[in-house]
Amino acid sequence: MSSDQFQTGRLTQFRELLERSDAALVLTAMAAFYLLFLGIGAILNYDVAGLISILGQVTFFTAVYALIVLALNLHWGYAGLFNIGIAGFMAVGVYTMAMLTAPPTGSPPGLGLPVAVGIVGGMLAAALVGLVTALPALRLRADYLAIVTVAISEIIRLTYNSPAFSTFTLPGGIALGTGGASGIGTVPSNPVQAIYYVDPSSAASGTTPIGAAIFGFFEAVFGVVRSAVIVDLTYGLVLAVVVFLVYTLLARVGNSPFGRVLKAIREDEVVAKSLGKDTNRFKIKTFMLGCALMGLAGVLWQGFGTGAVYPQAFRPELTFYIFIAVIIGGAGSNTGSVLGGAVFANLLFLLPQYLPNIIEQTFSIQADPNNFIAAVGPIAAGEIAPLLGYILNQRLPALRFVFVGVLLVYLMQNRPEGLLGHRTETAAAVNLSEGHTAAEQTGSDLTAPEGGVDDE
Amino acid sequence: MSSESAVDGVGEDSAAINAAGDSGEEPPLRVENLRKEFGGITAVDGASFEVADGSLTGLIGPNGAGKSTTFNCITGVQEPTGGAVYFNGSDIAGRAPNAIVNRGLVRTFQIARELAEMTVLENLMLAPQRQQGEALYRSVLPPFRDGVIEEETELREAVWESLEFFEIDHLAEEQAGNLSGGQRKLLELARALMTDPDMLLLDEPFAGVNPTLEAKLLDRINQLRAEEGLTFLLVEHDMDIIMEHCDPVIVMHQGHVLAEGRPGEIRNNERVVDAYFGEQR
Repeated sequence: MSSDQFQTGRLTQFRELLERSDAALVLTAMAAFYLLFLGIGAILNYDVAGLISILGQVTFFTAVYALIVLALNLHWGYAGLFNIGIAGFMAVGVYTMAMLTAPPTGSPPGLGLPVAVGIVGGMLAAALVGLVTALPALRLRADYLAIVTVAISEIIRLTYNSPAFSTFTLPGGIALGTGGASGIGTVPSNPVQAIYYVDPSSAASGTTPIGAAIFGFFEAVFGVVRSAVIVDLTYGLVLAVVVFLVYTLLARVGNSPFGRVLKAIREDEVVAKSLGKDTNRFKIKTFMLGCALMGLAGVLWQGFGTGAVYPQAFRPELTFYIFIAVIIGGAGSNTGSVLGGAVFANLLFLLPQYLPNIIEQTFSIQADPNNFIAAVGPIAAGEIAPLLGYILNQRLPALRFVFVGVLLVYLMQNRPEGLLGHRTETAAAVNLSEGHTAAEQTGSDLTAPEGGVDDE
Repeated sequence: MSSESAVDGVGEDSAAINAAGDSGEEPPLRVENLRKEFGGITAVDGASFEVADGSLTGLIGPNGAGKSTTFNCITGVQEPTGGAVYFNGSDIAGRAPNAIVNRGLVRTFQIARELAEMTVLENLMLAPQRQQGEALYRSVLPPFRDGVIEEETELREAVWESLEFFEIDHLAEEQAGNLSGGQRKLLELARALMTDPDMLLLDEPFAGVNPTLEAKLLDRINQLRAEEGLTFLLVEHDMDIIMEHCDPVIVMHQGHVLAEGRPGEIRNNERVVDAYFGEQR
């Protein structure tokens, strides 16, 4: 043991740092992902703007996934609430935001309210839909919540998709609409643009002093860089701050008597009730908070991130992506949720989009045969290239599900608790171990042989 | 041991339904004609009994007599099919278990139900009633958070004291699921006491507990009775404990109360002997 430590002293120190500090762990993972994608950009001969753009994408997708995985972790990891209607609650958030803020003259018409009202409204609406979903379901056995949430999610998507609500008029004569299958295209522009452009909705309107300074800096250092990629990167960084805030909020929820009751509900609800806890109230509050955060994630992802709101973005597979991310990270751990979101976003979501180009570039395989027979037939003659070409031709993103499946099988067999799910994060607002200092200290030594194996 | 309150009048019309719960008159727990049916099976068939203030009452009976179901109906884990349960004068039959605990009636389970993936400390910290930090906004918002931390610090002291008393303080940081059977029983009793109850219903609290600790627990129970006036109702299969420490003893058989009285009377009661050993005449 000691000789190993000498050889790998620095590595061990680094590992210890990662085990001690969650921030170091997340930052190291992000640094690795940035390097990976910079490498990909380099292989594909991207220019500086392209590289900044790819970094912006990594930041954006990591942040939005981390955000929504954190929200799911509150439901599933903390309270054991099996919500498989995530996409629906995101849709409510972003649609409410869009309908509140879209211009009344647009098609479909909105209410033209400020963006801040839209964001808060979106979160409130998602929380309310969560309440309506949870009230009947939480009275039943836990699995019914899963059935109800997946159903409500589809009802929400199909309602937004329906031509009946494409445009409609409220009793007061106010016109409003969901846009039906084509969605709402008049979402307010990304608020971050206000930092850079005089008119946030138009890049041609001229730059603000801050914008001029930052664009000037990039121009001086890297030569000419498209302003749009800088705006996108900025938005990614703003989202990272939002992730940090939500993380802090949820850490507080977890490290409190409230979080302790949630943990107890997850373990054994009858016991929680037998200790005087009104578990339904705790579950409903938690469900509403999680749904509000899902609504927020919807707004920040689909609303301002991709700039378009349409029903197809909220198909059930989105929900399953989030669940896979929380499984990777380890249910119950907030840091694990951020990591799981980052791993999923980068390795399973973004990487498959770049992989075909890299393979084509590196191995000069023709993305050829269009059909399966032509791809598999030559294998008999010992030729594997047509099959690879076929896979490339179908584009790897379609194979994401295969990757996901392989990864899940691997995780279930080798690490069912996920990356950080093995950690026990004590649910209390104070360090419980400290109380013992008042009393005799002799007993605490006894814990070392058994309790010292897996520190919290 | 000190309280000499023999409880009589099992099936009589107890006319004194004093809602206020006058100190001498109304016992802390009064069960009237309690019934619980599961489909076609009647588990509890009109059981009636009272538990006197500050007593350590034993509830015994052969397997299937309905003791645990009676416990479940009293504590709200199961809803009774009929009858009434008066706790400190008010009918609690059919109320939610948490509401019953809030009123000061707490129970332990026959098979210990520790929260396995929480530490022993967390298990005990969970129990105190009406914690400020159980309100979401107080847990999260800075102006209230200080109060929550202060309360947590106080609770922590109480929890450590309790752990030391039950001699499981060396396991404080351990996941409760790693404890032995006897240790889990102790954890559960300690946790129930942390709710600061008026009365405890203990379902076989001594199963798997070593004799030394058992004696200590009984001492503690008697101390709590004497000093804080707590009342205990105990289901136990160990006849030695029942006969030596419980007074009075209630015997259940086939869902109803077969006999009730001092341990000596119960020991010599023919019907009780028949229920346990079968009719041997």
